[in-house]
Amino acid sequence: MAHAEAAAHGGEHEETSTGLNHRKLLMWAFLGSDCMFFGSLIATYVVYFGRSKVGPFPEDVFSIPTTSVSTFVLLMSSMSMVLAYAALNRGSIKGFRIWIASTAIMGMTFLAFQVFEFTDFANHEVHLDCVEIRTNEAAIEELTDYEKTFVDECVEGVDEFEEQHGLTPRTNLFGTTFFTLTGFHGAHVTLGVIWLLSLLFFSFTRGGVTPARSLDVDLAALYWHFVDVVWIVIFTVVYLFGVFPGI
Amino acid sequence: MSKIDRYSSRLVTVGLAVLLVLLAVGCTPEHNQSTFDATGPVARSQLNLFYWILWTAVFVFVVVGGILIYAAIRFRRKPGDPDPEQTHGNTPLEIGWTVAPALILAVVAVPTVTTIFYNANSPDPGSLTIDVVGHQWWWEFNYPHPDGSDSVVTAANELHIPVDEVININLDSKDVLHSFWIPKIAGKVDLVPNHPNQMWILAEEPGEYYGQCAEFCGVAHANMRFRVIAQSRPEFDAWLSTQAQDAVEPIDPLALRGKALFEGDARCWSCHTVAGSKRARGQQGPDLTHVASRAHLAAGIVENTQANLRKWLEDPDAVKPGNLMARDAEVYNDPVRELTGADVSALVAYLRGLD
Amino acid sequence: MTTLAIPLPKRPAHPTGVLAWLTTIDHKKIGILYGVTAFVLFITGGLEALYMRFQLAQPGQDFVSPEVFNQLFTMHATTMIFLGVMPLGAAFFNFVIPLQIGARDVAFPRLNAFSYWTFLAGAILLKLSWFLGGAPNAGWFGYAPITGSDFNPGHGIDYWAVSLQVLGIASLAAAFNFIVTIVNMRAPGMSLMRMPLFTWMTLVTSFLLVLAFPVITVALIELMFDRFFGMNFFSIGAGANPLLWQHLFWIFGHPEVYILILPAMGIVSEIIPTFSRKPLFGYPVVVLSGVIIGFMGWMVWSHHMFTVGLGPVANSVFALTTMAIAVPTGVKIFNWIGTMWNGSIDLRTPMLFAIGFVFLFIIGGLSGVMHSSAASDAQQQDTYFIVAHIHYVLFGGSIMAIAAGAYYWFPKMTGRLMDERMGKLNFWLVFMGMNISFFPMHFLGLDGMPRRIHSYDSAMGWDLWNLVSSAGAVVLAAGILVTIINMVRSAKQGEKAGADPWDGRTLEWSIPSPPPEYNFEQIPTVHGKDAFWMQKRQRVSTVPVAGASGDSHDIHLPQPSYWPLIASIGLLIGAYGLVYSATWTGIIVGAVGLATTVVSVYAWSFEPVNEPVEGAAGH
Repeated sequence: MAHAEAAAHGGEHEETSTGLNHRKLLMWAFLGSDCMFFGSLIATYVVYFGRSKVGPFPEDVFSIPTTSVSTFVLLMSSMSMVLAYAALNRGSIKGFRIWIASTAIMGMTFLAFQVFEFTDFANHEVHLDCVEIRTNEAAIEELTDYEKTFVDECVEGVDEFEEQHGLTPRTNLFGTTFFTLTGFHGAHVTLGVIWLLSLLFFSFTRGGVTPARSLDVDLAALYWHFVDVVWIVIFTVVYLFGVFPGI
Repeated sequence: MSKIDRYSSRLVTVGLAVLLVLLAVGCTPEHNQSTFDATGPVARSQLNLFYWILWTAVFVFVVVGGILIYAAIRFRRKPGDPDPEQTHGNTPLEIGWTVAPALILAVVAVPTVTTIFYNANSPDPGSLTIDVVGHQWWWEFNYPHPDGSDSVVTAANELHIPVDEVININLDSKDVLHSFWIPKIAGKVDLVPNHPNQMWILAEEPGEYYGQCAEFCGVAHANMRFRVIAQSRPEFDAWLSTQAQDAVEPIDPLALRGKALFEGDARCWSCHTVAGSKRARGQQGPDLTHVASRAHLAAGIVENTQANLRKWLEDPDAVKPGNLMARDAEVYNDPVRELTGADVSALVAYLRGLD
Repeated sequence: MTTLAIPLPKRPAHPTGVLAWLTTIDHKKIGILYGVTAFVLFITGGLEALYMRFQLAQPGQDFVSPEVFNQLFTMHATTMIFLGVMPLGAAFFNFVIPLQIGARDVAFPRLNAFSYWTFLAGAILLKLSWFLGGAPNAGWFGYAPITGSDFNPGHGIDYWAVSLQVLGIASLAAAFNFIVTIVNMRAPGMSLMRMPLFTWMTLVTSFLLVLAFPVITVALIELMFDRFFGMNFFSIGAGANPLLWQHLFWIFGHPEVYILILPAMGIVSEIIPTFSRKPLFGYPVVVLSGVIIGFMGWMVWSHHMFTVGLGPVANSVFALTTMAIAVPTGVKIFNWIGTMWNGSIDLRTPMLFAIGFVFLFIIGGLSGVMHSSAASDAQQQDTYFIVAHIHYVLFGGSIMAIAAGAYYWFPKMTGRLMDERMGKLNFWLVFMGMNISFFPMHFLGLDGMPRRIHSYDSAMGWDLWNLVSSAGAVVLAAGILVTIINMVRSAKQGEKAGADPWDGRTLEWSIPSPPPEYNFEQIPTVHGKDAFWMQKRQRVSTVPVAGASGDSHDIHLPQPSYWPLIASIGLLIGAYGLVYSATWTGIIVGAVGLATTVVSVYAWSFEPVNEPVEGAAGH
């Protein structure tokens, strides 16, 4: 009963009209759907870009070097995911465990960066070197648009101006759209990490993760790569264009 | 044919005939907001386009609907009929009925695009420009000051315009979406906060035109109406210069008491402006500097008579359910501050004097 | 199979009675559940409409307050679209698709049960709002910023947004399932271009769902974040542009229109050939035009926004793309007529409804072309003219086709035919009622009556047509009443249908009515379009697949499960908590609900489809 069993088990060796496994097809459909989800969030971010009425703005808070590091970590995790899948197909459960664990760790590292970044933005401080501003005309030109609005605070007797102006989801359109977009991406990564850790956990149970059941890992890998690709788009559109709008 | 079928087909025929007869009665230009009585170039261009498409559509409907009904009757199965020939398609025919609608649509598309651009571009961008601001649920109209200064003359709910002149309209909203629509003069354009829009209108005949908010804007949406008064240039200029003046100071003691209430305990001043008054500078409600000169109250809802004004001040919610004055003004929502009959009389006397 | 020690309640092995329905994962039962639930909800939406028609029957009436009127039109549209037409379509997807493609079930039977129960959860939540502080009142389109807390402090909008999210989950789950089912589970020989039209249109609709729903999900998330956390997506003070909502809403909303109409077109494309005893005329063209409509549905959304001030260039472009959609639509209509031409037409009730569909859809399609002309639309937008148009396409279109489908497949579902005399009465009452009710709305719109007004002045000259329209609504209601009576009576005492009451053409008619749990004793092999017709008339036999035995006792069917139901109940509780997420109680309730869902999904993923020991026979 090839068909009944196909319906029943959703197993790997079922006969389907296309030869594609049911669950794999489902995953592709889901990822297509998720593309539209992130597409809408990114579109919202883009149409509101530069329309915030108050700061801080992207160039005030973003640190491209820091985010480049976390981006790199996430990209490497995709490679590690590929190695985990390859190890499993080679029949090396041990290799699988090592690589899946490293993928999960890199995912968690990325999340830690995000947590750090969010806290940092929320506690953003405007810092002006008033002595420099008073003595050097060109120093004002170096300031961001938002910092320029504080130049008047550099009255006589103030050598240094410092005030907390954090960026939260309520601050302005940038905060609202930025935290929502990257927050949902972070949620996707979190879900992925839980998935990877479950796979790691089940690799210690009897028959939990075997080369014959590599589809389980394949699906997680598909998801993980997708989440990575989305991040590359976010990094480009939000971070790079946010700081270097000319490019 | 079963009895029920025959009966029903007759019903359909009769029904359609009745509908067609009533169609003529139904769409008459006499109605206040009929789009068939175009009295300006914008509405006329839209009406002409409508007729063009309507007759094309009626033609298509009669042909295609006719063939459908003919086929349903002509090819009915009779007992003992063999299977019909199993034809799967006919390529030339199918190409034909793909190309035909495309051609018909081209006929509709060309005038559509020209009319869109005609309506979008004002023929005289330098002529009188009026700023229209939508509020829940009334209209603010700002005119350039006749003395040429930067200040504006503010009116509400009655849009006076000189006849036979291009009027440019800027549309903006301070709260939710609204839509500015004078069916006999021009199709609607929405008022979108943070997204200002423009349109142009021209009224060819002097007279009063009905307008109404067309975009759902909340509980009193149905009662957000206005009038357009098209008048000769001299009449319009006279009207505008009157509107540009400060409010008349009352002399009558009752009206004076009304003014005191207005600028004092009744707190009308917190939402309404009366030009010339130091206190009454509120922006939430309509400007009342010349309220007595208007023909209607509450955004085109009731005629501006003494009795109606009294009713409006006593219980605004009964005149226009949901309006913000009834909701937010303390004299209506705080029993302690409620207006007495004498208060209302005083306010009526004051407001009736603001012409 | 991984065995994990989770304390599961004992799995229902052979449930009976109510439990059988609660735990079912049989696509046929789920289809019937969808159908019955959606029909009941459709009636509640109809009652909401009747209230409005009573209010508008005369000028200046006070039958309902303006606030309640706003709630009524919001709930009427939301109900009809999300709780009526869409799930009625889903009822047919569920019941018919596996039968048409020769499968024993859908690809993910438990996911299927989950989508039904989640749909029910969303429906309950939305309807509850009437009793818990007021229904949503900003229209089904919920244009910002009137949905924001500043203008709308009550919970109506929260119920609306949250329940639409829940319904979105249900729709997405169903759509994923049907994509996989149709792509992967066709009987041997059923290539894509041999699939029945209804299957084809379901596939296109599922793709539209999968791609369109995330967009409204995002829009609703933005609205909810604004309302719950004070964010700025639609905050005018922060510089937000309300048109963002409109764009997102209609990028979803226009494909949604085709989500509502394509299944209807699919149903009619099954019925017209069957009752004309001819194959569908120009099958490849009809398929292609459906695909093109689905594709072009993404390029026309701004025609809902012709008056918002996008500029003449954008308006012209969207006017032209909208007109272009009339071409594939017209092609479909011509092909249906081509199918009837020279056919042997039997005017049974399903065929009457199908012809009624085509007739009314021509009217609705043509009025659609009228306001695709942006300049002309400036006079029609937001008037009763548009109300007339959408009712011609959604009632005259979708509902007429769904009624046709109901009469057509009812015998397959129940084993009994619906009464033909009552069916005819049903058709004529609905047909007359809908025309009397909706046709005059064209006049009202052109005479300047805006939509969504709770009352009007006698001086406006709208009295007569409003009265006629309200009278028509009563006739229409009478027609629906006949549907109910006919269904209830026929289900019990209708004439026995047998396997193939209509001389059908597709595979569902080759098996008994109602079908056995396993559908096909032997999986058929398909040799062409209209597989069953070929088998009957050309004596092409359907050869069993290699390895299949004729013994139905060997058929392994997936077993019932509690988890889809419990996961959905968790969603209902969680969503209810979310509405009140500004309070601690709300947060706690929400967390409990969410936890329930997470735990049941977890348990579900470790529950084998078949209990290995107990044996899969299920007998």
